[in-house]
Amino acid sequence: MIWQLDLIILVLVIVCAIAAINVKDLLSAAILLGAYSFLLCLLWAIMGAVDVAFTEATVGAGVSTVFCVAAVFHTTRRTTD
Amino acid sequence: MKLIGKLTIFLCGTLLIVFANKFPDFGDPHSPAATHLSPYFIEHTMADTSVPNIVTSVLADYRGYDTMFETTVILAAGLACFFLLRLPEEEEKEIYFRHVPTGVTIRIEECGAAPEDSEVFQRIDSQWVPCDIIIRSTSRLLIPFIQIFALYVVAHGHHSPGGGFQGGVVLGAAVILFAISHNLRTTVAKIGEKSAAIMSAAGVFIYAGTGALCLVLGESFLNYGALAPILGTDRVMARSHGILIVEIGVALAVMSVMIWIYYNLSSAGKQDEGL
Repeated sequence: MIWQLDLIILVLVIVCAIAAINVKDLLSAAILLGAYSFLLCLLWAIMGAVDVAFTEATVGAGVSTVFCVAAVFHTTRRTTD
Repeated sequence: MKLIGKLTIFLCGTLLIVFANKFPDFGDPHSPAATHLSPYFIEHTMADTSVPNIVTSVLADYRGYDTMFETTVILAAGLACFFLLRLPEEEEKEIYFRHVPTGVTIRIEECGAAPEDSEVFQRIDSQWVPCDIIIRSTSRLLIPFIQIFALYVVAHGHHSPGGGFQGGVVLGAAVILFAISHNLRTTVAKIGEKSAAIMSAAGVFIYAGTGALCLVLGESFLNYGALAPILGTDRVMARSHGILIVEIGVALAVMSVMIWIYYNLSSAGKQDEGL
């Protein structure tokens, strides 16, 4: 495990998480969640849990992002809060 | 409301960070998991099930109950989306057609005579109408390879990362890609909602049925060794084959639930026009 790489990815995970909560555009929030999932997938792969990384990449970054975008498609993009 | 949410996140995060120090270090050989559980699986998996990928054998064999109810949870998610979102079919007010040779869009009002959906007249959505030959051709080229890769992931889960869940999701994603690049009606015509629902139940049934078959053959639930006389192999290989059978069940269930949720979510339950 390379701690420099680990640190960079962990910081990016936190940045993505905070940005996904704070962003006003719901479509951006969906895409940020996908990026968050993909960074987590990288973390699992670094830790050697390749099966979990694969699941995270397919379910978290792949299909759930599509579901979020499909849900945003039927509502407004701007959030009020 | 936003303040309460942020306060909760801050509280949970602080608790996590404070107690993360109490966890054993990453890869610590003296942690409870590494002294009691892991050595058993590392030493016995190959002899017990003849599966090189320990994760697969733990998920589908040693912890078979867990994966079975995970699959049931996925089915429950599909059912929840169906009951929450699905609307009864209703008469459409206005429908749109594209005259393909000229590219003219035709709007047909209520009670108007609609042309047949053919090569010349193409039914299109009212909201979002892509007519991009590059996207269509690319996804048409990609989808067979994605599906073959998904089948490889399912079938090769014994030896490499992967298995029923991942393969099923990739299979479902291939169909979703088809739905995004073409349109929802074409996809529903190929894989109907009913068949998606039946397949998702059938996947769970394959899993639970394999377990029940072991019960009928006189051993405990999901003990695939009992299938040895049926499969014509010894007990160790029977456990390996049993894992493959339940992985196929999981893949079937996960694939069809993903498609089913997408149908309901992308069209807001109407299943005619969608993303």
